[in-house]
Amino acid sequence: MTVIGWIQAIVFFLLVLALTKPIGSYMFRVFDGQKTWLSPLLRPVERLIYRIGGVREDEEMTWYAYAFAMLAFSVVSFAYLYVLLRTQKWLPFNPQHFDNMTPDLAFNTAISFTTNTNWQFYSGENALSYLSQMAGLAWHNFVSAGVGIAIAVAVVRGVARTSVKTLGNFWVDLTRCCLYVLLPISIVVGLYFVAAGMPQNLHAYQDAVSIEGFKQTLTGGPMASQEVIKELGTNGGGFVNANSASPNENPTALTNLVELVLIFLLGAGLTYTYGKMVKDTRQGWAIFTAMAILFFAGFMLAYWAEAQGNPLVHAMGVAGGNMEGKECRFGISASALFATVTTDTSCGAVNSWHDSFMPLGGLVPLVNMQLGEIVFGGVGSGLYGMIVFVVLTVFIAGLMVGRTPEYLGKKIERREVQFAILAALVTPVLCLVPTAVAAIIPPGLATLNNGGPHGFSEILYAFTSTNANNGSAFGGLGPNLFYNIVTGTNMMFGRFAVAIPALALAGALAGKTSVPEGPGTFTTHSGIFVALLIGVIVIVGALTFLPADSLGPIVEHLLLLQGNTY
Amino acid sequence: MFVPQRRFERRPQSRSLFDRGIVLRAIADSFKKLDPRWQARNPVIFVVEVGAVATTIFFLRDILRHTGSAGFDFAIAAWLWFTVLFANFAEAVAEGRGKAQADFLRRTKSDVMARLLLDGGSEEKIPGTSLRKGDRFVVEAGEIVAADGDVIEGAATIDESAITGESAPVIRESGGDRSAVTGGTRVLSDRIVVRVTANPGESFLDRMIGLVEGAQRQKTPNEIALSILLSGMTIIFLIAVATLAPFSIYAQHHQSVTILIALLVCLIPTTIGGLLSAIGIAGMDRVMQRNVLAMSGRAVEAAGDVDTLLLDKTGTITLGNRQAVEFVCAEGIDAKDVARIAYLSSLADETPEGRSIVSLAQQQGTRDGEAPEGSTFVPFSAYTRMSGLDLPDGTKIRKGAPDSVMTWVREQGGTPSPDLAPAVDRIARAGGTPLLLARNAMVLGVIYLKDILKPNMRDRFDRLRAMGIRTVMITGDNPLTAATIAKEAGVDDFLAEATPETKMDLIKREQGSGRLVAMTGDGTNDAPALAQADVGVAMNSGTQAAKEAGNMVDLDSDPTKLIEVVEIGKQLLMTRGSLTTFSIANDVAKYFAILPAMFAIAYKPMQELNVMRLTTPESAILSAVIFNALIIIALVPLALRGVKYEPKGANRVLFENTMIYGVGGIVVPFIGIKLIDVVLTALHLT
Repeated sequence: MTVIGWIQAIVFFLLVLALTKPIGSYMFRVFDGQKTWLSPLLRPVERLIYRIGGVREDEEMTWYAYAFAMLAFSVVSFAYLYVLLRTQKWLPFNPQHFDNMTPDLAFNTAISFTTNTNWQFYSGENALSYLSQMAGLAWHNFVSAGVGIAIAVAVVRGVARTSVKTLGNFWVDLTRCCLYVLLPISIVVGLYFVAAGMPQNLHAYQDAVSIEGFKQTLTGGPMASQEVIKELGTNGGGFVNANSASPNENPTALTNLVELVLIFLLGAGLTYTYGKMVKDTRQGWAIFTAMAILFFAGFMLAYWAEAQGNPLVHAMGVAGGNMEGKECRFGISASALFATVTTDTSCGAVNSWHDSFMPLGGLVPLVNMQLGEIVFGGVGSGLYGMIVFVVLTVFIAGLMVGRTPEYLGKKIERREVQFAILAALVTPVLCLVPTAVAAIIPPGLATLNNGGPHGFSEILYAFTSTNANNGSAFGGLGPNLFYNIVTGTNMMFGRFAVAIPALALAGALAGKTSVPEGPGTFTTHSGIFVALLIGVIVIVGALTFLPADSLGPIVEHLLLLQGNTY
Repeated sequence: MFVPQRRFERRPQSRSLFDRGIVLRAIADSFKKLDPRWQARNPVIFVVEVGAVATTIFFLRDILRHTGSAGFDFAIAAWLWFTVLFANFAEAVAEGRGKAQADFLRRTKSDVMARLLLDGGSEEKIPGTSLRKGDRFVVEAGEIVAADGDVIEGAATIDESAITGESAPVIRESGGDRSAVTGGTRVLSDRIVVRVTANPGESFLDRMIGLVEGAQRQKTPNEIALSILLSGMTIIFLIAVATLAPFSIYAQHHQSVTILIALLVCLIPTTIGGLLSAIGIAGMDRVMQRNVLAMSGRAVEAAGDVDTLLLDKTGTITLGNRQAVEFVCAEGIDAKDVARIAYLSSLADETPEGRSIVSLAQQQGTRDGEAPEGSTFVPFSAYTRMSGLDLPDGTKIRKGAPDSVMTWVREQGGTPSPDLAPAVDRIARAGGTPLLLARNAMVLGVIYLKDILKPNMRDRFDRLRAMGIRTVMITGDNPLTAATIAKEAGVDDFLAEATPETKMDLIKREQGSGRLVAMTGDGTNDAPALAQADVGVAMNSGTQAAKEAGNMVDLDSDPTKLIEVVEIGKQLLMTRGSLTTFSIANDVAKYFAILPAMFAIAYKPMQELNVMRLTTPESAILSAVIFNALIIIALVPLALRGVKYEPKGANRVLFENTMIYGVGGIVVPFIGIKLIDVVLTALHLT
């Protein structure tokens, strides 16, 4: 570990910290329906969208109406992308003349982008037309992020409101999110990306001859425009297979920093929005603090493991950290940082190959996702996932005080616990059960490139990543019918089977009266509460996966110390 | 006269939690509770029982096939059975005291004959069990009251010790707020006529038996919520462990199902799962030990949540007997006259205040005897807030709350002079109760009743405040008096000149802002408020209506007990939370014991994770299972007595309990498992 390496991480974090309040207050104004400085420009557009869609702006929805609208929207946009991918051959903007996607791969990809996962069983530059990229994937990058934030805002309203049945209007939240938050940032930063050197064109790939005399194909396409939202919306699906390791998607050290900040930006900002919405910003900062501690813990382990390097390589007389699978331009710290950040959130963009990390370095992204990506998290999904953990913590800890537990004045009772535990059940079920199946059936093992614990980690990572809607891959695992279908359904349940109980939880909370705070109620913004929250996250969230993880990265690490590799 | 066939016994009050008889009975019950139909009520322990059955089957198979692991399988199976039995034992012990009391109460219920009063006035002897609601029966000295009812004629002293355990007799009389009699109690003097208010099987005694025995115990809302959490966690761990089987196949290492079951049982929250119902029962039992009968566990739980305590001033904050200390005369009225009228007004007033007025008047020289023949006593009521006497010559005497008496005087056509206002004010400011005395249309003077505060109340209110509970004193006094007493006693707020309506409004207002309200009451006009309050403690001396309306009955009729009930409720919830935290925190050490042991063969370096340096894989797994079982039994006393409770701010309590049960919960099993491993190794048991 080097000073420069630490400075990179700290500068990054300070930037996020500095942006949290401004972006958080801005989003609060947006979702509270207040005027923003962009309103004169965007309000007419917003009104037009509602008129076309027949949306009554002031109409409030119950939690199930909200969930139903969200599901309906997702189904339709899934179908749209599926059709697009299956027909791209006959559609314009296809200079490379790529064929239509196969049905199972199109299914997998369409779900992947609908659920904000961006798991890619294909290489973008070899499979997708520009139309599919722009009108298909980029569109989903916006709206799937919008859906996530909308759900989070609805869930927060449930916490904040008292004695009502409704959580807001899904269509309004989605529209305002895309229009006021995602688009303006994407346009501004997109222009910077173009200036920094990212391609943004529509012409066919170009052949070139390198200095050494090799023939090369230079890929092109509308990359910069898609790059911003890839990070900002914690989508992570790269235009090209090498994702943010490729100079096309990540040309400079500065773009690397900007991309990192973009990934955390909205997740961090939402904690402040949360504080504003519940009228106590300390609540938001408490959640921010818990997230920040988990972030640094993960980064430290990953950075340490990678900086230590491989003892077997050291034995060959090569000193230094582990550089396998890393982009030399970024080095160890920025790679470990990117890996941590991209899995703390549901982003899944990569600037290095997680598969080539040291076993413990690879454990960090895995555990981050197994926690449910609640460290700033997927845009929206991170916050509502965290709220589920907060509710569980309040329930367990609150009893210790000798009262029916209360969170922000709301009593946490049977229904709240029921929905919270239901949401918490999803991750273990969807990570472990498919992994168990894949680990013993022939189709599950057929496309595996590595054996032993490392092969196991690859399977586990695939299902963890798809279930958590991350989309980053450990690599080493190829697509086949089995994986296309199972990871596809896994992404679907990973998204909706958490979002719906979270909305139900919000619905239950919204209907409650608020009990005034007194000396008998414990504060949920204190250090001890943050510590308890982390304790519950680690014990309930992570320990469940300890058996599986110990058979993957942990044992691999121990075996490596004895000189065995896989 | 009907003479009871058996000796009349007093209900035994306190017995040790771990009385020999209770423990022996609990051990027997632990085996009875192995019945899967019973176990299914508790999902966590049910999973353990299924595991125990499975491992037992594996053990039997091992014996038949002569495979090597029979000894290990036997040890695991045995300790899993112990785990279930220990959980059963915890519940059985918790039920023990209640069952012993129920047995006693059942004996009390034995056949009593009743003297049914027929319409013509004649009597018929019938078994007590055939009395129905609305029947009237007669009881005389020495007889046992055959059914619950209200006294409609006469007054009697009654020995209620069979129910309350309290040997001092109580007076029950028709009319007023002390009319209720309970079946199974014994009349000591006089003759009363009782109208039956409960059919057989629904009597107070029947309910009491059911409650102390816990037969109809329903899970409380918080208990249900916690059960859902524990079930959810059980499912999560079930998946984590079940998927280990295929993972092991991938690692080319066959994992024995016994070991998987052992891991599962160690990870699921068996500690809290096994103790959960015992904690709830013990909470109700602790309330019962204070001689309060909670109608449901829900009520005890609600007591822990109470935000606002409504306390009647009289009897709770002050001693019931206010003393008359001074008569103030209106201008131009003779002091002797005032004393005499005050004396007359209170002659028929049996309250301590009334009697103190009589004695003060006598001290000041009043020598009148009985009230004139044909006088009618006007009793005090919460509406008129006056009492007095109507003499046969048409003279009307009233004493009562100043504003009520003023109004009454005006109604009589008089114009009360304001010259007494300073006296009223002075008395009120001093925390006394001024009673205005009037004859017909003329105000004669003021009686100064002095309130005497109960000792140590300020301390208790400070404790309550530390817990975050607001105390509101309810009094019929005027605001000035109320303010002074409230200040002196240290309550947070007061409701002066309270009527049943204003009291009800206060409760609704508090509840409207999300607060839970507790109160005590005894009179019939308290009944609606008792029913509205979240925790309503009715006094056993009170009316049947009040007892029906409340969700607790205090057999000692001591209103201060409400505070203790609140503390028990809090302690109950704290015990649940603390043991849940402890149980979950325990998992960390168990992982470190079992996981390296499971994969010791497939992956040798996993031994690195054996941080406790447990001797062999078998001893490691067995030690974890044994620890898991023993911790249940070790925590039974804590579960039954409740965790240490001190009134402090919530944040302080949270911090301390997190340290003790959270951090302690992580550390203790590391030590415990290591110790068990050392012992197992020393004894060559693995």
